Amino acid sequence: MSSTVETAVEIRPFNVEISQDQIDDLRGRITATRWTSKELDASQGIQLAMLKALADYWASDYDFNRIEERLNELPQFITEIDGVDIHFIHVRSQHEDALPLIITHGWPGSVIEMLEVIGPLTDPTAHGGDAADAFDVVIPSLPGYGFSAEPTEVGWDPAHTAEAWAELMDRLGYTRYVAQGGDQGAGVTDQMARQAPDGLLGVHFNFLDAAPRELLMAALNFRLAFSEEDRAQFGKFTGVFMRGYLTLMGEHPQTIGYSIVDSPIGMAAWMLDHDADSYQKISRAFLEGTPSGGLTRDHILDNMTLYWLTGTSTSAARLYWENSRAVTAAIKHAPPHVKLPVGFTVFPGEIFQAPRHWVKKAYHNLVYFNEAEKGGHFAAWEEPEIFSQELRAAFASVRNGTTS
Amino acid sequence: VSTTVETTTAIRPFRVETPQEQIDELRRRIELVRWPSKELVDDRSQGVQLAALEALADYWRSEYDIGRIAERLNALPQFTTEIDGVDVHFIHVRSQHEDALPLIMTHGWPGSVIELLEVIGPLTDPTAHGGGTEDAFHLVLPSLPGYAFSSEPTEVGWDSGRIAKAWAVLMRRLGYDRYVAQGGDQGAGVTDAMARHAPEGLVAIHLNFLRNAIGSVAGLPAGSEQERAALTALDTFRTSGFGYFLEQSTRPQTIGYALLDSPIALAGWMLDHDTDSYYKISRAFVERRPAGGLTRDHVLDNITLYWLTGTGASAARLYWEGGRAAALAAGKAPPPVTIPVGFTTFPDEIFRAPRSWAEKIYPSLVYFNEAARGGHFAAWEEPQIFSEELRATFRSVR
Repeated sequence: MSSTVETAVEIRPFNVEISQDQIDDLRGRITATRWTSKELDASQGIQLAMLKALADYWASDYDFNRIEERLNELPQFITEIDGVDIHFIHVRSQHEDALPLIITHGWPGSVIEMLEVIGPLTDPTAHGGDAADAFDVVIPSLPGYGFSAEPTEVGWDPAHTAEAWAELMDRLGYTRYVAQGGDQGAGVTDQMARQAPDGLLGVHFNFLDAAPRELLMAALNFRLAFSEEDRAQFGKFTGVFMRGYLTLMGEHPQTIGYSIVDSPIGMAAWMLDHDADSYQKISRAFLEGTPSGGLTRDHILDNMTLYWLTGTSTSAARLYWENSRAVTAAIKHAPPHVKLPVGFTVFPGEIFQAPRHWVKKAYHNLVYFNEAEKGGHFAAWEEPEIFSQELRAAFASVRNGTTS
Repeated sequence: VSTTVETTTAIRPFRVETPQEQIDELRRRIELVRWPSKELVDDRSQGVQLAALEALADYWRSEYDIGRIAERLNALPQFTTEIDGVDVHFIHVRSQHEDALPLIMTHGWPGSVIELLEVIGPLTDPTAHGGGTEDAFHLVLPSLPGYAFSSEPTEVGWDSGRIAKAWAVLMRRLGYDRYVAQGGDQGAGVTDAMARHAPEGLVAIHLNFLRNAIGSVAGLPAGSEQERAALTALDTFRTSGFGYFLEQSTRPQTIGYALLDSPIALAGWMLDHDTDSYYKISRAFVERRPAGGLTRDHVLDNITLYWLTGTGASAARLYWEGGRAAALAAGKAPPPVTIPVGFTTFPDEIFRAPRSWAEKIYPSLVYFNEAARGGHFAAWEEPQIFSEELRATFRSVR
């Protein structure tokens, strides 16, 4: 009995290994793509010219060993939590007083989104910061994403993952830590803040995931003074709910799952069609060779190739189904309020630019709010320096114990 | 100039040809499929189930005769004719009965002319199918633009209104000056638009889907048990099976890539239409218990037709056109329907439209009936019942 328990909490080193067969199969599928006719209007979705440029680069120029090289130079581990093997990157700072930080990626992202912030966060003195800005960084792969195992039962919603992250930090021996997330990572981080496990001191978001419930309630009750700017942002915010990808993955992840596991080009199109700003930026990277910050062709394909090689597009999509069930349940049973200190950064290219008073409405203990000058939905990926500076600033007061 | 005019209005015979290399290529792609893990639930609530699609793939690859499509279609008189820049493919079967009533029937999505093949006999040759000579129809079954052997529109604007106009041109070109029209699903949208345009010669329509209620139920009565049940069914559709509709209405190109590149993606996408037809088709493959005409072969005839013609994306664009047309028409009331309308509610349809709804939308309703059996793909599933409904509806306008 005791040996079972010991096995289950074991933390095992992990290395990525990709076989040549897998690479050959992927390249073969890309070159054998049966293309559709050109779109009749730019609004019909991912444009053919863009996707063909991506396919060309993917099959001919992209180095498939990049993922292995980039990930294996970092300390990676696996540990089983609640029946799911969780993969995570764990980089300790050389600075002893570093603040432990767990960062959660979103969809259609992965730990790949976060790789460029590891340097600035763990080694601030080499990246324009002070030793006092240092973090020990934990970057897990969400259940069903990347090298984490797929859940084999329903129920792995953001709250369940949040509980697993607290267990992970505990298992790593961290008794005082902070958490960060955007996109689906904001959902998980929001749940962590509501659960307020021992040791969690504060959180930072770059996406207002709490918006659905609190903001809609406020809007319906006219408790928010809706300015013209508010109305514009509210329109962008509600527009998200008219998006096919969100509805489809929320309702029937298995159906779209067949497409995105069998066809690399089908998968690439699905992942690119996230938000207008990132699509235009990624499109320019492939068509014009002018990437926006870290959203380079290689970085984009590192992420897509990771989804492909791990075959996790369907299990990743299931998170939306879980989320949708959780949101429905939360309407009936409101979750506890967040009392912990919250930092928030609005990036100008984000789907909607949450006004300060919306964020304050959702998180009463808002200790930091800033509008960054550059960057969009994939802020850490696109602007790792700015993103890192935001985390340093957001957590400065938490670190010093001047807020709680 | 005169030769150009003759060329563009020419009606050319058409035959389906399926090169062996296309068949081999399809089989190869099915064999090489990369499957996702099994869904985590025991029903349709996460989408098309792995066991159903695996059974379909097995049958498709090893037992299904891909030559069936060419055989079934080439047994019928098929033509193409260019209308408004698009080559329109259609089946045209004239009844042996001289006084037969011309009827144009429009299929929907994820259907094709394949849905309608089994009603050709009962409608054109009623005496061999339990009817009288006075029940005979001359039948015109076009493929929607961007579907199957009709060519893809190369510009935006081919919404149901424009298709309706093209169908009126087609009927005139065939020399029909007094005819009726029928449709369900997207075909109901086209047929509704025909009735609102009321081209010369169109004397009545029949619908088996109340498409307008999908857009809005505003103004529809909600007092009776039947009305409330229909509202609940519509709400279920909108909240648990609406993703495909929204994606095709907004991003047909994005989903189109997978539909052209992966036969299994295409099959999964096409099976995920409505709860009733999904479970019926699933049972046909998993338990070999088909519902009426929704047999394994018939279902695969339709999916294979989409695959071989490479029309997954162009077919999806019709939903985008629908969304665009609705946005352009917002606030403007469409012309009323004044010609006679018949409506049949099939019990397993997405929602059972009550008579009160059909009357509200079509004040000139002359026929309403609830059929004993059948669902969304009524003509496909219950060709005999469907044909009898058309006979009954159009009897008064003959």
